[in-house]
Amino acid sequence: MSQESSTQLKTTPFYNIHKELGAKLVPFAGWNMPIQYKGVIQEHLCVRNGVGIFDVSHMGEMDIRGKEAKKLLQKLVTNDIEKMSDHSILYTVMCYEGGGVVDDLLVHRFSEDHYFLCVNAGNSDKDFQWVQKIAAPYDVEVLDTSAETAQLAIQGKDAEPLLQRLCDVPLNDLRYYHFKKAKIHKNDCIISRTGYTGEDGFEIYTDSGLAGPLFQKILEEGKSFNIQPIGLAARDTLRLEMGYALYGNDITAKTSPLEAGLGWVVKLQKEDFIGKESLKNQKEAGLKRKLVGIKLLERGVPRPHYPVFADGQPVGELTSGTFSPSLNMGIGLCYVSLEHSQVGSRLSVGIRNQQVPAEIVKPPFVPTGVKK
Amino acid sequence: MEVPKDLRYTMEHEWVRVNGSKGVIGITHFAQDQLGDVVFVEMPAPDSQVTKENTMGVVESVKTVSDLYAPASGKVIAVNTDLETQPELVNSEPYGKGWIIEIELSDPKEMESLLTPEQYIEQCEKEH
Repeated sequence: MSQESSTQLKTTPFYNIHKELGAKLVPFAGWNMPIQYKGVIQEHLCVRNGVGIFDVSHMGEMDIRGKEAKKLLQKLVTNDIEKMSDHSILYTVMCYEGGGVVDDLLVHRFSEDHYFLCVNAGNSDKDFQWVQKIAAPYDVEVLDTSAETAQLAIQGKDAEPLLQRLCDVPLNDLRYYHFKKAKIHKNDCIISRTGYTGEDGFEIYTDSGLAGPLFQKILEEGKSFNIQPIGLAARDTLRLEMGYALYGNDITAKTSPLEAGLGWVVKLQKEDFIGKESLKNQKEAGLKRKLVGIKLLERGVPRPHYPVFADGQPVGELTSGTFSPSLNMGIGLCYVSLEHSQVGSRLSVGIRNQQVPAEIVKPPFVPTGVKK
Repeated sequence: MEVPKDLRYTMEHEWVRVNGSKGVIGITHFAQDQLGDVVFVEMPAPDSQVTKENTMGVVESVKTVSDLYAPASGKVIAVNTDLETQPELVNSEPYGKGWIIEIELSDPKEMESLLTPEQYIEQCEKEH
């Protein structure tokens, strides 16, 4: 990476801390982000067994306020906004008219006329433009708050006892997919019981201008829990062990949420939303393919775009793939035609010049630790 | 970064330890650090021939996959079978227990074309 390109990358409020911690920093979605600190496997296991802290300030945030905020969101996303209560969070996708995915996101409801969205870093600008365009006829104000918002994820079974030491509100009654306003250390935060690891834990949103010392404070307080900073590489292996879809890999503008196994966030019975017609037609015509989990039965590491075969014939390609540190084996996600999508079916993955045997399994690949 | 003085190196970050007509081959400290956690090493079969600058295997880390290039030509006389169960030795001891193969050198003179430790350090600094 040349000096020139690195100066164009955005940095989070925790950049200097990452450098001091010896992180490997790489360009990711326009940001200079820590991909790993001590090593992806030990970071991964640290989250599975205890607690880790992630800088996820690259994620995009949007504030939506106004009389018609709920109405706009109901039009924009596929899941049902109507059922949300204050301080609840909803996972959803938003689609194009054709049914392709604009992004997957979290919708946080403060009140009927005030929500905030958390979207993928790489889609942040595109999403903001899309939401603004759709919002034009509605009585709402849409603000891109990404630049002034820092985000940390504290994930693992020890996340609650650790954060409780620094937080001025009780966390034991904060339920999965709900959030509170809280003071953590000296920072006014929104703390939500969400995450992308499959472990219990929290995501914290706070003013980026004041956020710097918070990371340090949590690390210090977390010493007695053997907390470690966790890079984006482990974030990816953690999410993939859960079978969570990643935008750009498993879901894109060209994929259907129904085929991606996200039918549970597509509420075809609700009022009009963008993409409803196309998705309804897809469902009525019958899905052609399905995103499935595979595990390799022999040694090797499956990776995105590797071909997948059934009886020697190509039937699809991997959209995600990695070595699973928890299972010590290769795992991945791939779209295959319905006839080959049965759990337990044998497939093979083309790794260089070999076809390595694999089996279809139902994600998550390892048991989840989230508190539902 | 460790660069032992008694080894010769390639631009692709392999090392060779010459002992008479034999050479032990591995990847460098710099290479293992760039790759991150190594989880799988694909080695050439014993008794097969490897050819200088041609691929002879693959190192897979969690993050990425990297070809192994033969630093010299010769017949494979030993492979490090410990790597089948402990590929992480490539990270922890790249110049020791993390060695990859040993070959009978076809032409010991090929060693002269490999990088000296000083040249290799210079090469790594350029890449960093």
